[in-house]
Amino acid sequence: MISILHDYWRAFLYSDGYHYTGVVITLWLLAVSIGLGFCLSIPLAVARVSPRRYISGPVWLYTYVFRGTPLYVQLLICYSGIYSLQVVHGQPLLNAFFREGMNCTLLAFTLNTCAYTTEIFAGSIKATAYGEIEAARAFGMSRWTQYRRIILPSALRRALPYYSNEVILMLHATTVAFTATVPDILKIARDANSATYMSFQSFGIAALLYLAISFALVALFRQAERRWLAYLQPQQPAAH
Amino acid sequence: MDLQGYGPVLWAGTWQTIQLALLSLLVSFVLGLLGAGAKLSRNRTLSWIATLYTTLIRGVPDLVLMLMLFYGMQIGLNDLTDSLNLDDINIDPFVAGVLTIGFIYGAYFTETFRGAFLSVPRGQIEASTAFGMSPAQIFRRILFPQMMRFALPGIGNNWQVLVKATALVSIIGLADVVKAAEDAGKGTLRLFLFTMIAAGIYLAITTLSNLVLLWLERRYSTGVRQAEL
Repeated sequence: MISILHDYWRAFLYSDGYHYTGVVITLWLLAVSIGLGFCLSIPLAVARVSPRRYISGPVWLYTYVFRGTPLYVQLLICYSGIYSLQVVHGQPLLNAFFREGMNCTLLAFTLNTCAYTTEIFAGSIKATAYGEIEAARAFGMSRWTQYRRIILPSALRRALPYYSNEVILMLHATTVAFTATVPDILKIARDANSATYMSFQSFGIAALLYLAISFALVALFRQAERRWLAYLQPQQPAAH
Repeated sequence: MDLQGYGPVLWAGTWQTIQLALLSLLVSFVLGLLGAGAKLSRNRTLSWIATLYTTLIRGVPDLVLMLMLFYGMQIGLNDLTDSLNLDDINIDPFVAGVLTIGFIYGAYFTETFRGAFLSVPRGQIEASTAFGMSPAQIFRRILFPQMMRFALPGIGNNWQVLVKATALVSIIGLADVVKAAEDAGKGTLRLFLFTMIAAGIYLAITTLSNLVLLWLERRYSTGVRQAEL
């Protein structure tokens, strides 16, 4: 255990001497996919709750397909599947994009987490109290203003506990990235394992790192909930 | 569709995936019941162990645990047989897969069942004790059927996550549907087609299990009054 830590601590945390590796890459994968997924999921969630079938239908199909198949298979399709197509090979721009394992991984991760996040946000938009929406309409707010001032601020807050769950699941899901040659924490653990044959220790270090990041995320979201969900907390008895 | 002779391989892989998922479900279901029992028990040590189990397992990615248990178990076993001067015993990857997935998802089922057991009103348990039922009878007649009603949405969720987690066993070398699709894709140089087929098979499994879950939910909520909306 000590020898692995001695040889690999730098690679586990940030660099193998040539590239960024380990925790830095895992956090980068998480931040980019969660960030892009979040931005995409809000318009998609609004479309998902639309009463018009031709708007909500395609979004439903998208989330259904991406939530019904494993992320690993989606990554395989992006990384080895799409790249094997003639069309992609012929197009220089597509060729350059799909040749990089990192790009394929980020694409698959973003699409995957966006599907889950869309469903979470759509569920919480649907659960908005009808009185609030009716009141907004009675004030003469346009649809855009209703969403911007009333529905989204309240729906996103209420979605926070479910969203934090999704972020942590996404952290755990980033572990498949090494199959696309992305040097995340697990890739380093596998390297350490094949060099030393100390499986329990190599993967144990990776497990501890993931555990620490998970706990940090949980603590972060607890702070966020205390800040943005304060109005839903049980009332404290007034101090004398 | 032209599968270029890889149809049987894909079918065998699909069957392997289904078997793996169902057997792991069984393991994790039993572990979940035991874990929930331990977590709710008055015995401090038991509930502490169960809490440690759920916290650690749910904080670490399933793939990391899978690799750790899969390689770690084999090396541990080799050390054991070496020290006893026995021949090496190779762990069957399928059995290892079932045990590791079952062990991991047992932690998720523990939380589901714990919440569900707590949702059964206390008065009913007291009433059945007053009727002179034994603890086993209380569990079978009163607690379990009602607990299932509360647990079903959670069980359904866990099951869908578990099915998708089985895709990871191809990384530890099991011949599941993903492995079959990859082999077929590499053999025919049509990776896109075959990975899409694998995705389609998973989509079919999740769709089918959605239908079964809907039916189960209706069955276990017999006698629950619902207000018309």
